[in-house]
Amino acid sequence: MEVDAASTFFEWVYYIILTYWPLFLRGAGVTLLISLTGTIVGFGLGIIIGVIRTIPIDQNFNIIQKGLLKLINIILLAYIEVFRGTPMMVQAMVIFYGAAMVYNISLSPIYAGIFIVSINTGAYMAEIVRGGIISIDKGQFEAAHSIGMTHAQTMFSIVLPQAIRNILPALSNEFVINIKDTSVLSVISVTELFFISKSAAGVNYRFFEVFLVTCTIYFIMTFTVTRILRYFEIKLEGPSVYTIHGSQTVPEAEIRITDRERH
Amino acid sequence: MDKIIEVRHLKKVFGENEVLTDINFKVSKGEVVCIIGASGSGKSTLLRCLNLLELATSGEILFRGEDILTHDMSNSVYRAKMGMVFQQFNLFNNLTVLDNCMVGQIKVLKRKKEEARIKAMEYLEMVGMAQFINAKPNQISGGQKQRVAIARALSMEPEALLFDEPTSALDPEMVGEVLKVMKDLAKSGLTMVVVTHEMSFARDVANRVVFMDSGVIVEDDLPEVIFNNPTNERTRIFLKRILDDR
Repeated sequence: MEVDAASTFFEWVYYIILTYWPLFLRGAGVTLLISLTGTIVGFGLGIIIGVIRTIPIDQNFNIIQKGLLKLINIILLAYIEVFRGTPMMVQAMVIFYGAAMVYNISLSPIYAGIFIVSINTGAYMAEIVRGGIISIDKGQFEAAHSIGMTHAQTMFSIVLPQAIRNILPALSNEFVINIKDTSVLSVISVTELFFISKSAAGVNYRFFEVFLVTCTIYFIMTFTVTRILRYFEIKLEGPSVYTIHGSQTVPEAEIRITDRERH
Repeated sequence: MDKIIEVRHLKKVFGENEVLTDINFKVSKGEVVCIIGASGSGKSTLLRCLNLLELATSGEILFRGEDILTHDMSNSVYRAKMGMVFQQFNLFNNLTVLDNCMVGQIKVLKRKKEEARIKAMEYLEMVGMAQFINAKPNQISGGQKQRVAIARALSMEPEALLFDEPTSALDPEMVGEVLKVMKDLAKSGLTMVVVTHEMSFARDVANRVVFMDSGVIVEDDLPEVIFNNPTNERTRIFLKRILDDR
């Protein structure tokens, strides 16, 4: 297929898709890889930090443990504030070129990208997880303590599962933001979708057509991701029906009860 | 008789506010003690101190002669022996009815899953909730939740069970089912300390009734004495107000 300046808009779009689809696909793949890995690692970081930052300092700690916990909390808070408070694009420059200059490590752009997105997401998720944990009713902690469960047992068996269920919408937010924000990694030459599009547009001098295609690809990715996470959200909620358990007194009972509306 | 709990000179201060002043009382094995009194008289705080949900400011709490405030016994071990039922049920929302009754046995008592399940079923059967083991807490009614909460506490096979206004958050028609379970428990010889506004329960079931007012124990006597011949003026005024409202 041949296109020139006289070709129509649709001819150009068709030409671009036909010529560049392998590149677009690879770019989208890199974008997904970085954002998916970054979101998962960041979520893990966020859970660890959120759990540490909600450890109550009580009389069970001796003075060294108290001091240690306070120190860790200060370090974590500094991490959160720094990475939330500076643009990811700038962090990318500092870390990528900094690693090369100060430590003489030449990171591959993709690994650098995954690293940057992960610690960035971790900083946001830490606060989201902490919010999720402190929003759980105090009665849940008290009930668990009253049967002898320790803080750690309470956290991992009772509180965290509920908190994670509650913060899933925020996680889905973070994921979508990450898919879009990996575009700033083009500054360190990560060959993700935006970087590829820029090259394709530059070669043909067709910015509108190329970026319209790019736009569509981004949207398809984010929309798919939000749908998938919504599915998990519903899954985690558990069945809205439950079966009456047959017992000695009512052996024939096997009734399904629906009493909760789905929204 | 075998003393299970003994409280000596217990004091609890919140900021400037002295909520409990020089509390002394004992609970023997198999006894049912009801604590009554107006809101804000310190009854719930006393109960929470007994389960270490609040840390007493000073004084001693002896559990079978061991001082639990000085950590002769770990908090976890002690709490497993001292069950608690809350006004707001506080069932674990992420777990089914059955898992609610199993999680403590598995995590704290280190029981095998199968053993925990059998125990849990035994007590759920006892409170009449065995059919609902697959339900989540938000799928059952308040009265049912409270019965599961009682089964959860019993599954730990505690030496004594504390009830913090167990029927106060319930719709009137559900109070009966919970009180019935509690009466059965009392008959079975379980040691119970019950903070309650249900005067008929205190009168009929309790072995002893403790009346509290502004952070002190005013009277501690047999239910017949408290309800028919209270020696203290404050008890008389409180009971008159409560019973006239009915």
